[in-house]
Amino acid sequence: MMPDLGRYALEVLASYGVSLGLLAALVVLTLWRAARVRAELHEVEARQERRDG
Amino acid sequence: MIALFLRDLRLATRAGGGFGLGLAFFLIVAVLVPLGVGPEPALLAPIAPGILWVGALLSCLLSLDRVFALDLEDGSLDLLATAPIPLEGVVVAKAAAHWLATGLPLTLVAPVLGVLLNLPVAGYPWLVTSLALGTPALSMIGAFGAALTVGVKRGGLLLSLLVLPLYVPTLIFGAEAVSRGAAGQAVGAPLLLLAGVTAGSVALLPFAAAAAIRVNLR
Amino acid sequence: MSAMSVWEYANPTKFMQTSGRLLPWAATLAGLTLAIGLIWGFFFTPDDFRQGSTVKIIYLHVPSALMAINIWLMMLATSLIWLVRRHHVSALAAKAAAPVGLTMTLVALVTGALWGQPMWGTWWAWDPRLTSFLILGLFYLGYIALWSAVEDPDTAADLTAVLCLVGSVFALLSRYAVNFWSQGLHQGASLSLDKEENVADVFWFPLLVCITGFVALFVTLLLVRTRTEIRLRRLRALRARERMA
Repeated sequence: MMPDLGRYALEVLASYGVSLGLLAALVVLTLWRAARVRAELHEVEARQERRDG
Repeated sequence: MIALFLRDLRLATRAGGGFGLGLAFFLIVAVLVPLGVGPEPALLAPIAPGILWVGALLSCLLSLDRVFALDLEDGSLDLLATAPIPLEGVVVAKAAAHWLATGLPLTLVAPVLGVLLNLPVAGYPWLVTSLALGTPALSMIGAFGAALTVGVKRGGLLLSLLVLPLYVPTLIFGAEAVSRGAAGQAVGAPLLLLAGVTAGSVALLPFAAAAAIRVNLR
Repeated sequence: MSAMSVWEYANPTKFMQTSGRLLPWAATLAGLTLAIGLIWGFFFTPDDFRQGSTVKIIYLHVPSALMAINIWLMMLATSLIWLVRRHHVSALAAKAAAPVGLTMTLVALVTGALWGQPMWGTWWAWDPRLTSFLILGLFYLGYIALWSAVEDPDTAADLTAVLCLVGSVFALLSRYAVNFWSQGLHQGASLSLDKEENVADVFWFPLLVCITGFVALFVTLLLVRTRTEIRLRRLRALRARERMA
């Protein structure tokens, strides 16, 4: 299934590996931070709602 | 505006004003690089223009964070902002004082350091010319960076990160001018471009810097 | 639809509603086009006559390089909108876009360097295009650092907007300066990766899909990150209210 990359296998695979790795890291960090902020906001909003009645 | 300019100049040259610091740093760079790369004249001569320019640039950075920060701390920046002279004029006066206290001395001392770095004889006049044309840009761009970071505590490192990429055109054209001059080639193009960057910076950055100071004083 | 209706989305609540509806579609589009484009490009295209299998790197290098530049342009536009019209969503969108732009720049640099390795024999060469991207990366870093360093959000928004404006001018100047600088290379032969010329159809179609994928990925990430920034702003306001109560 893997194409024959010939002499440039290292460069091509490294390119794909690093690029996809960087993009995946960006996506994971983005989603993680989004979830964390959303959770904190819900918590603070709920607390204020209880207080304000 | 002249009064402000003279006051800043006096502050810079007083003890504790950091006047000699830039020059000393410039000297240290010129000594450290040969120690790092080896003493071969054939190796040093081609890179001398670059080393001198990078050294000048880094030395300029050292005194930049004082341009506005001290005035912010003691409240005089607020007074200056409301003074009759436009804030843009204040920025120009301070940048000019910085240049006179830092950029100009560097320009004058550079030939001596050129000797240490085996700069070819043909390069010396171009070294002085390019630095004379380029250091005002370094001061003006630096003042803009200082205006952006004036509110940041210990913002010296951030200032460097912001200002150094802005120095790239000046550095490239300045060092190119000296390299080509040292090799006997035509220097018109880089010098013209260098002068253009300086002229543009001095004409336009005061407005950006003044805007940044107003934002920081809110 | 009147021309002014676009500004309705500058309202944070409206933005949250609209972006919330758009998000699943953007994410799906991104996932699909990236998968299709990259799989097609990697597995189902031939090698290039001169470059061998390294031509497969274009499916990552070209889209990321395009994004690196266009994201900065987007930041420039939104910074101007913030300075003129004071829409907070605009300022927050610029803040949200920057790390994506920085990542794209990194990908462009790494893939560019690796692509050039067989040609140049070194892991890095000061090719004018790579050098310009390196400098762009520094501009991104400075912008992100300034956002982090300034405490007051509105002050940070103003200062970073001014930095983006001034930085854009100098980034453009640097591009020309770097071209000027690289003329000094003794090799003389063009080292730049001129791949836009004569890209054969067999490479062009998967490349187009990949470019679409990267754009969709950016839009998805931008929506998620801007929503996070808006929530963060609200969080800070609520916390400040708590402290004063």
